[in-house]
Amino acid sequence: MEETYLSDFGTILLFLIGGAVFILIGLGASKMLRPSNPNPEKLSSYECGEEAMGSSWVSFNPRFYVIALIFIIFDVELVFFFPWAVVFGQEELIRATNGTWGWFSLIEMGIFLGILLLGLAYVWVNGHLDWIKPKPVIPQSRSKIPAEMYAAVNKKYS
Amino acid sequence: MIILGIFGITLLIATYCTYAERKIAAFIQDRIGPNRAGPFGLAQPLADAVKMFFKEEFIPANAHKFLFVAGPSLAMLTACMSSAVIPFGNTLIINGNHIRVQGIETNIGLLYIFGVVALGVYGIMIGGWASNNKFSLLGAIRAASQNISYELAMGLSIIALLMMSGSLSLRQITLQQGGEFLGLSGLDWNIFYQPLGFIIFLTCAFAETNRTPFDLPECETELIGGYHTEYSAMKLGLYLFAEYVNIIVVSAVMSVLYFGGFNFPGQDWVRANIASDPTLAHNLVTILGIVVFFGKIFAFIFFFMWVRWTLPRFRYDQLMRLGWKILIPLAIMNVVLTGAAILFWPQLKAMF
Amino acid sequence: MIQNVFYFLCFLTLISGSMVVFSRNPVYSVLFLILTFFSISGHYILLNAQFLAAVNIIVYAGAIMVLFLFVIMFLNLNKENETHKSNLSKFAAVIAGGILLVIMVAALKDVDAGTYKAEGFDSQIGMVQNLGMVLFKNYLLPFELASVLFLVAMAGAVMLGKKETGERHF
Repeated sequence: MEETYLSDFGTILLFLIGGAVFILIGLGASKMLRPSNPNPEKLSSYECGEEAMGSSWVSFNPRFYVIALIFIIFDVELVFFFPWAVVFGQEELIRATNGTWGWFSLIEMGIFLGILLLGLAYVWVNGHLDWIKPKPVIPQSRSKIPAEMYAAVNKKYS
Repeated sequence: MIILGIFGITLLIATYCTYAERKIAAFIQDRIGPNRAGPFGLAQPLADAVKMFFKEEFIPANAHKFLFVAGPSLAMLTACMSSAVIPFGNTLIINGNHIRVQGIETNIGLLYIFGVVALGVYGIMIGGWASNNKFSLLGAIRAASQNISYELAMGLSIIALLMMSGSLSLRQITLQQGGEFLGLSGLDWNIFYQPLGFIIFLTCAFAETNRTPFDLPECETELIGGYHTEYSAMKLGLYLFAEYVNIIVVSAVMSVLYFGGFNFPGQDWVRANIASDPTLAHNLVTILGIVVFFGKIFAFIFFFMWVRWTLPRFRYDQLMRLGWKILIPLAIMNVVLTGAAILFWPQLKAMF
Repeated sequence: MIQNVFYFLCFLTLISGSMVVFSRNPVYSVLFLILTFFSISGHYILLNAQFLAAVNIIVYAGAIMVLFLFVIMFLNLNKENETHKSNLSKFAAVIAGGILLVIMVAALKDVDAGTYKAEGFDSQIGMVQNLGMVLFKNYLLPFELASVLFLVAMAGAVMLGKKETGERHF
């Protein structure tokens, strides 16, 4: 087997080029066809009719950043899983080792997974997976619906 | 040749998805839906395309000009690339040559899909950031966070499947599902062995394509249009188009992984009885398989739309809880269960 | 043919790598870094290591770069409010970079790079199956230790993201 599969990846390149051509045609044709009469009002940022205050490149909640960090660690773990999953169920290996290969690799991965689950548990217990929950405000109105009913609904979905 | 065919068909289906979505929405909400352009409104996608070309479009003065254009282009590009490895059908025999009805056959097909899905988030993130709009930025961050969270559970559900198949090639996975199940050939689908994995994958597919009930990045009530608030005309079109292409690809991947791809029940019987010439019979079965495969894709697309008009949207804390605290532990459990089941398979078989 | 592809990829890698450093806008830097990873994946494919190529895309381009973008958005590092850096910090950066270069050159000077042997060549060595076999037979301990490393990294990530009391963001 001296194949190198290079031509296959040439096909992927063709797909890439095809997609790029499609996008260029779409954007180019629409640029030529459409009218263009910009004015400052049109070009202002859309904020429901209000004047936009300052730049909107603002700091956001660092929670998103923590989630991304945890994601990277799990993603790398996932990548280790792929070669394992491919060799795990191979029947000739299991037969050649009289069944021990399967158990061996399962336990091996179990240890790996266990240590990572410890990490997940740590993050979980520390509350980094909890998102900010909305605080429902009970409306003060002369509605016929009793207030307890709202409370029950809020309790059910909180 | 085949590349152009795959490209054209994907884009055509994506165009008609917009029509189908509106018709299905109309049906579910007891309306008529688009019916003016052409018979039954069938020319509606064409009219939409014309509108996209001719509508005035503007780039907000505060936006980052280049990245503003790059965002939707990247989204579309990644969407287009993912259909390259999907096996649309078995081989066609023309003049004694076996020609695969597939862009490319590679032994990392599944990882390729996974990688392209991982890249899909850039289009949204860059577009949302470049708009310089608070709603867009929030939408983009939400989208990125949601996509990466659900990618994990998706990967883990794929791993469970991989343990059974032992191959990353989508064609191999399809061919393995061509065996007998309950006495019917071509029905040995993975859904019967991996029901839990399928449910996890399906949920993640909804989240990855930003479809309701996971369309938090573009939820109107909170974020106007989310990451595409500032987009109009062709660039908005590219974003929406990319979403539909993603739905098609993810439907195709689901039918390949769990529903047998181009296999259909009773295919061996059909192959033996349809024609006396083996080459002709093989080709006919392949063509039937392609038709069946597209049928499966359409069924999934219909399901996507059905869910969109049935379920309300999640709240963001619910979404994160579902992704991290329910789906990931479930998926890990599924992996462990699958491992044990594979090892006990001989004993299990002996029991029944 | 393959040689030309190799030179083209090298060219692309070097160009995009240097553009990472030279672009003013950090978002462009990230995009060029993604391009660099793609061309490195191209090199892996030339070496017939398809699994590595795909993993390189998934982990580096798909995960780590998302984090980079987050950081850039989070720290609001765009052109308009880039503060002028003092000459002292520029000087310090040059010295630090220069020392790193010297160390790397010194370390790699005497390295024995494996040469190509035609008789021992196996084009399938980079396939997933072979990689899995090697990883789970010969390199079992490093593999298990990697999980401990991940655990430590996760604890570190959580410590980094710890919120000060009273801090508010939207």
